[in-house]
Amino acid sequence: MPGVPLDVTAIAELLDRVRAATAAQRPLCIIGGNSKQFLGREQQGDPVDVSEHSGVVDYQPTELVITVRAGTTISELRQVLAEENQVLASEPPEFGGKATVGGSLACNLSGSSRPWNGSIRDHVLGVRIINGKAEHLRFGGQVMKNVAGYDVSRLQAGAMGTLGIITEVTLKVVPKPETSVTVCRPIGAGESLRIMNEICRGPVPLAGACWYAGDMYVRLAGPASVIGAAAARIEGEILPDGNDFWSRLGEMNLPFFADAKDLWCFLLRSTHDHFEQDEGWLIDWRGARRWVTARRDRDTLEGHVRDAGGELWQVRGAVQGADVFPARSAAYRKTLLQLKGALDPVGVFNPGRLYSWM
Amino acid sequence: MKTAEISNIADTAALAERLREFIGERYVVSATESKRPFECDGLSVYKQMPGLVVLPSSTEQVQKTLRLCSQHRIPVVVRGAGTGLSGGALPHRDGVLLSLTRLSRILEIDPDAGLARVQPGVTNLAISEACAPHGLFYAPDPSSQIACSIGGNVAENAGGVHCLKYGLTVHNVVQLTVVTIDGEIITVGCEGLAGAGPDMLALMIGSEGMLGVVTEVTVKLTPVPSHCQVILASFNQLEHAGDAVSAVIAEGIIPAGFEMMDSHAIQAAEDFVGAGYDTNAAALLLCELDGTEEEVRHCIEQVTAVFRQHNARSIRVSQNEAERLLFWKGRKSAFPAVGRISPDYYCMDGTIPRRMLSRVLSDISRLSKDYGLRVANVFHAGDGNLHPLILFDESQPGELQKAEAFGAEILRICVDAGGCITGEHGVGVEKLEQMLDQFSDAELAQLNAIKDALDPDALLNPGKGVPTLKRCQEYRST
Repeated sequence: MPGVPLDVTAIAELLDRVRAATAAQRPLCIIGGNSKQFLGREQQGDPVDVSEHSGVVDYQPTELVITVRAGTTISELRQVLAEENQVLASEPPEFGGKATVGGSLACNLSGSSRPWNGSIRDHVLGVRIINGKAEHLRFGGQVMKNVAGYDVSRLQAGAMGTLGIITEVTLKVVPKPETSVTVCRPIGAGESLRIMNEICRGPVPLAGACWYAGDMYVRLAGPASVIGAAAARIEGEILPDGNDFWSRLGEMNLPFFADAKDLWCFLLRSTHDHFEQDEGWLIDWRGARRWVTARRDRDTLEGHVRDAGGELWQVRGAVQGADVFPARSAAYRKTLLQLKGALDPVGVFNPGRLYSWM
Repeated sequence: MKTAEISNIADTAALAERLREFIGERYVVSATESKRPFECDGLSVYKQMPGLVVLPSSTEQVQKTLRLCSQHRIPVVVRGAGTGLSGGALPHRDGVLLSLTRLSRILEIDPDAGLARVQPGVTNLAISEACAPHGLFYAPDPSSQIACSIGGNVAENAGGVHCLKYGLTVHNVVQLTVVTIDGEIITVGCEGLAGAGPDMLALMIGSEGMLGVVTEVTVKLTPVPSHCQVILASFNQLEHAGDAVSAVIAEGIIPAGFEMMDSHAIQAAEDFVGAGYDTNAAALLLCELDGTEEEVRHCIEQVTAVFRQHNARSIRVSQNEAERLLFWKGRKSAFPAVGRISPDYYCMDGTIPRRMLSRVLSDISRLSKDYGLRVANVFHAGDGNLHPLILFDESQPGELQKAEAFGAEILRICVDAGGCITGEHGVGVEKLEQMLDQFSDAELAQLNAIKDALDPDALLNPGKGVPTLKRCQEYRST
């Protein structure tokens, strides 16, 4: 399905903005749906709204490939895919219909199926970006395998707009699983980690494993003929509205998130022991992503992370101006700054959004 | 390209002496005969004797070597097992060839987390073998998997038969330890699957040893599926087989592997290993399905139906593990088999959208007549990754050049069809010129800017991967 052509006017305007910003050395703040300002540090600079730059550029359902303008919302994209019975495997949050494809790639947030189905980063095949020299460039492409040149497409994942303005994204999509089933059982957090990781060792079509408020939830997705038998082998009750639970978890709509003034996120090896008492924790991704609410001392939490070889993000409750993503070694900072310089020599794109030093 | 300051024999000797202080006498090789095994990789039409061959055994030794080379501006070419097919490990005359084969330990297997931490010199297959007792395997399986190293897989973002379902190297590596050209260590990626900040892990994977030296790799392990069967189908026309591939994927089925061979390849493979292939067919498809028993049975019915609709001549389903392996044996030995029917062959690696398979295969067959060179096609049909093998005889004057020109034309066809010049073999020295078919000058300048930023003196694998601006101008003007 060929869609809208390149929006020449919109791109020309964006290029002008970047040119002017570079000349004046005035930072730009790139905004898609403005749905993820809670993540990272405060936005600074003159706002550049890219949300109007939306629409499907090309969709080839039989190739399992879609190209959209970066301002297209995740909700719109889902609707287009649903007509062909396809989905985004990584389940990026929609955040009330506001989240855009560009913003989702820039932040690389994924739903609960992340350990099995990958993140949006795993499904991006190509991008078009505007770099700091006001050039509109294309990297990657529309095919599954492409190793020509450095992977500038995936480099954008997690960059939060600091390495350019994403204008177009080509994604691999997948057939919608025929059915999904969620099995739920009451259990302690520490024990749930052991069981989740044990289940994951088998060839089971998993699409979620989490612990929340005293219960472990395991989701299976695939052909109906397979899922029934697989679910029967997992101890627990079938949750009648399973999809609703996973959606509320992915969209951060559970009461756990709503009530939290302070929110931290651990990313670490899934088998690492549970740290503390169960209260205030939510464990997702079979143990690899763990949220904790309530006021905690950063040093204590960082102590946990150091032992576990993981990362700690402060998502809510940070002191104004503080860094919220993990501290990095001098060598890492140097490399990242070198990269930043290569793509954004004057430093106009989202300065300070990721780190105070970048 | 910038040249290194140390470029004569006396300096190489001095460098060797310094390196031997911390690497040991035996592992800094300067004698010509001992260096000879390193003069080329799997693409042996390119050969170059390195200045020195250095074989470190630890990350610290790699760091010290890079510091020394960086200080004296000596080029460093990193080499894994040397099975690469684009000349990516072609040595530099005045440089160090840094072989990582001694970094060959499996450091840790965590079966519960589904992770293994290994050194770069471990072979691809050794990881799966070590994990087999836990019911796990490492999914990417390039055809050189017995010999190729995981470090080389990372450098090339290697694929293989199973990447259609299980992804490429970039989808199966979660963390890397990288030594920068200054000898500093950085860790990229995160065992928690989603580290903050730009994805430098993805940047390093497939960067062909031009941005840093990988000394440790943490890979994701996959549970071995409980059931696995392969369908072997033959067709009277290449086009029918090509369309059948698209039709299967369009049904929503993701086979574990989906391979295609044309008549030259079928004949060569059958003569070589006797896998029972239909030698009267124009094309053969191998479609592997894995999962639970119910899942596999269900998919076999669907795929078989699609193959029938697309006029399959014969359809066979493997009935046991021995038969499954036999069906695969022909495909897996196709390259050496083709090697028996021609003195030399040149393996291409373009990728195209699946729906273009029939059209591109017809174009290749037309070009084959124009050039007067035979082509055998053996490839990963499921993800549109073509491996046309151009058959030629290097001893005939001009035939290599003719094969190269033919190959370049095939890659242009791939780009025009919406694809790319390399799906898994990398650019290396081989496809520098074809990079201009795929990228604009501004895009190449951006790629070069990334290289300059991380390796300002262009010491890491210089002259590979991305053509310099000067070379771009030369190519575009010819």
